[in-house]
Amino acid sequence: MDDIASNGMVTAYDAASDRLKAGPRGAKPRRRLSRRNIIVYGTLIVVSLYYLLPLYVMIVTSLKGMPEIRVGNIFAPPLEITFEPWVKAWAEACTGLNCDGLSRGFWNSVRITVPSVIISIAVASVNGYALANWRFKGADLFFTILIVGAFIPYQVMIYPIVIVLREMGVYGTLTGLVIVHTIFGMPILTLLFRNYFAGLPEELFKAARVDGAGFWTIYFRIMLPMSLPIFVVAMILQVTGIWNDFLFGVVFTRPEYYPMTVQLNNIVNSVQGVKEYNVNMAATILTGLVPLTVYFVSGRLFVRGIAAGAVKG
Amino acid sequence: MTSVSVRDLSLNFGAVTVLDKLNLDIDHGEFLVLLGSSGCGKSTLLNCIAGLLDVSDGQIFIHDRNVTWEEPKDRGIGMVFQSYALYPQMTVERNLSFGLQVAKVPQAEIDKRVKRAAEILQIQPLLKRKPSELSGGQRQRVAIGRALVRDVDVFLFDEPLSNLDAKLRSELRVEIKRLHQSLKNTMIYVTHDQIEALTLADRIAVMKSGVIQQLADPMTIYNAPENLFVAGFIGSPSMNFFRGEVEAREGRNFVRVDGVAFDVSAYPARTKLQPGQKVVLGVRPEHVKVDEPGAGDAHQAMVDIEEPMGADNLLWLTLAGQSMSVRLAGQRRYPPGSTVRLSFDMGVASIFDADSEKRL
Ligand SMILES: Nc1ncnc2c1ncn2[C@@H]1O[C@H](COP(=O)(O)OP(=O)(O)O)[C@@H](O)[C@H]1O
Ligand SMILES: [Mg+2]
Repeated sequence: MDDIASNGMVTAYDAASDRLKAGPRGAKPRRRLSRRNIIVYGTLIVVSLYYLLPLYVMIVTSLKGMPEIRVGNIFAPPLEITFEPWVKAWAEACTGLNCDGLSRGFWNSVRITVPSVIISIAVASVNGYALANWRFKGADLFFTILIVGAFIPYQVMIYPIVIVLREMGVYGTLTGLVIVHTIFGMPILTLLFRNYFAGLPEELFKAARVDGAGFWTIYFRIMLPMSLPIFVVAMILQVTGIWNDFLFGVVFTRPEYYPMTVQLNNIVNSVQGVKEYNVNMAATILTGLVPLTVYFVSGRLFVRGIAAGAVKG
Repeated sequence: MTSVSVRDLSLNFGAVTVLDKLNLDIDHGEFLVLLGSSGCGKSTLLNCIAGLLDVSDGQIFIHDRNVTWEEPKDRGIGMVFQSYALYPQMTVERNLSFGLQVAKVPQAEIDKRVKRAAEILQIQPLLKRKPSELSGGQRQRVAIGRALVRDVDVFLFDEPLSNLDAKLRSELRVEIKRLHQSLKNTMIYVTHDQIEALTLADRIAVMKSGVIQQLADPMTIYNAPENLFVAGFIGSPSMNFFRGEVEAREGRNFVRVDGVAFDVSAYPARTKLQPGQKVVLGVRPEHVKVDEPGAGDAHQAMVDIEEPMGADNLLWLTLAGQSMSVRLAGQRRYPPGSTVRLSFDMGVASIFDADSEKRL
C-alpha cells in the first residue's frame, strides 16, 4: 500500500515539474482567494445574513418563556427551551370567541388551497394547450380578454364578485372562495401554460395528429408527460399565492371558515391581555411553514424537471 | 393513375397569400420532389396535403377521393418531419406503435407491423431505447418507421435530412431511394437541396413564391430549364448568364454581349430568334470547352482563380466583361493569369427572353 502511495506521489511530482519545463498544459489552475471571489462571496454572505436574521430572532423568541423575553436581549439564544408557545399557538390561542388556536385556520386553508390549486391548474393547462396548439376561432380574442383580466386591480372586482357569489348561493362558503381563487389564478396560469406549450416543437403536435390522436389524447399522452416542470412552477405559484392570501379570505368567507393567514392576524393583533411575543412568533412560523415546505420539496423536483427537459428528444 | 391531386389550391395566413390556385398531379408510385428556397411555401403545400392546415380554397384528392376536409389520419398518409418529431417520453417501439394503438389496431397486428418496419429500417436493436439515446440518423430512421407502420400509400417528407451532417445525409438519401424502390408507393419529398432533388426524384417541382415554376424529370430540369429562375436555381456552381442582343449576320445568329458575339446558330430554339431581341444566354460551367482544337467560335479569356477538386477542376474566368465559371474533367492545371480559348456547346445551352425570362 505504502509503496503504491509513494509511487503516486513521485509521478505527481514529476508531472508537476514537467509541466513547468514544457510550459502551460492541461487544465488551468484556479486561485481560490481572488479579489473577485472575495467580493462575490462577501456580498452573498451579507445578504443572506440580512434575510436570515429575522428568521433567527423569530425562532429563538418562539422558544423562550415570557419572563425571559421581558428581561433578555432579542438576539440571545433561549436559556431554557420551551415548546409551550408552539402548542399554544397551534391549539389554544384565542381569537374572538373561540380558543382553538391556528389549527382551525390551518385546516380551512388546506380545504381552500388543495381544490383551488388542482382545479385552477387543470383548467389553465387545458386552456393554454388549446390556445397554443389548436388556434380555434376567436382564440386571439379569448386570449386578449384573459390577459387584460390579469391587469385589472382586484379591489375593483370585489363587490361585483360578492354579488355574483350571493346570487349563486355560495357567498361565505369555502366553495365560493375556491371558485374565486380558481378564477383569479386563470389569466397568469393560462399565459404560463400557453407559452410553455407554444415553445414545444410544433412538429411533435403535427406528428401526433397524423398518428390520429385527438384533442385529449394529445393532451394526456404527448403534452402532459413533457410538461412536468411547468406544472411544478404553476403549483408553487398557486400554493404560495393561495395560502398567503388574506384579502379574499376575509372578504368572501365567514369567521368559521377563515384561512390561516386571517387567523394569524387575529391572534397577533388581539388586544386582550398581554402581548405574547413567543406565541405570535410561533404562530407566524407555523403559518409560513407550508409555502416554505413547498419551496424546499418541489424546488429540487423543479430543477430536476428542467434538467430532464433540457435533454431534448 | 393519379395518387395525389391538388386542384386550384389556395392558402392564406391572414392577409398573406402563400399558395394561389396551385395545381399538381402526382402519379401512383411516383417520387415527387418539391424543390425551392426557404419560405417559398413547400411545407405549407405539404401540410395542406397532410390535412394539418385548413386550405382557404381548392380541393385535394388522394386516390380519387376528395379529402379536402378530412382529418390527417383518414387521408392514408404518413409523414416524416425535419426535426424527427419523436415522442420524447416513449421508447422507439412505443413511438412506432402509438398511432396504431390510437386507431385500436389489434395488438398482434401492431407487433407484426412494428417488427416488419424495424427490419426494413434495421432498427431492431433500438426498439427499447428512448429517442434521446439515439443519434440523428437513427432518430430519422425511427421517424420513417412511424410512417411505415401506418401501411399507407402516400409518404410525405418535409426536409427529412436537413438536420443531419453531410455523411449521414447521403447515406440516408440512398436508404430512402431504396425504400421507395422496394415499397413502390407514392412519395412527396420537400427539400431545398438540389442534390437530393436530382438524385431522388422521378419528377421535380421547382417552386418560387408559392408558384410551381417547372414540373419535369430531373434531366429535363437540368438540361432545358423553363425559365431563368429554374436555370439559376439548379446546378452548382450555377449557370453562367450573358445578357445581350440577337444579331443576324451572313445567315447565322449571334448573341452580342459587351463586344463579344457568340454564335448561337446551333441552338435548338423553339421560336425563331428575332434580330434585336434582348435575350439572356445561359451556359452551364460543365458545357464549356477549353482550348478545343478546331472549335470555330472560340473566345479568349483569362483565368482568375483555379479550384482543383480532384476529379475535376473549376476555373473562374473573365469573359465579355463578366465573371464566369468553367468545370473541366480531369486534373490538367490552369494557373491564374494564363489565357485559354473557350467555346460553348450551344446544343445544350439555354436562351431566355430578357423580359419574360422564358426559354426560347
Ligand atoms: N403559421 C403561419 N402564419 C403566418 N405565415 C406563415 C405561417 N407558416 C408559414 N408562413 C409563411 O408562409 C410562407 C411559406 O412558408 P413555408 O411553407 O414554411 O416555407 P418553406 O417550407 O418552403 O420554407 C413563409 O413566407 C412563411 O413566413
Ligand atoms: Mg419548410
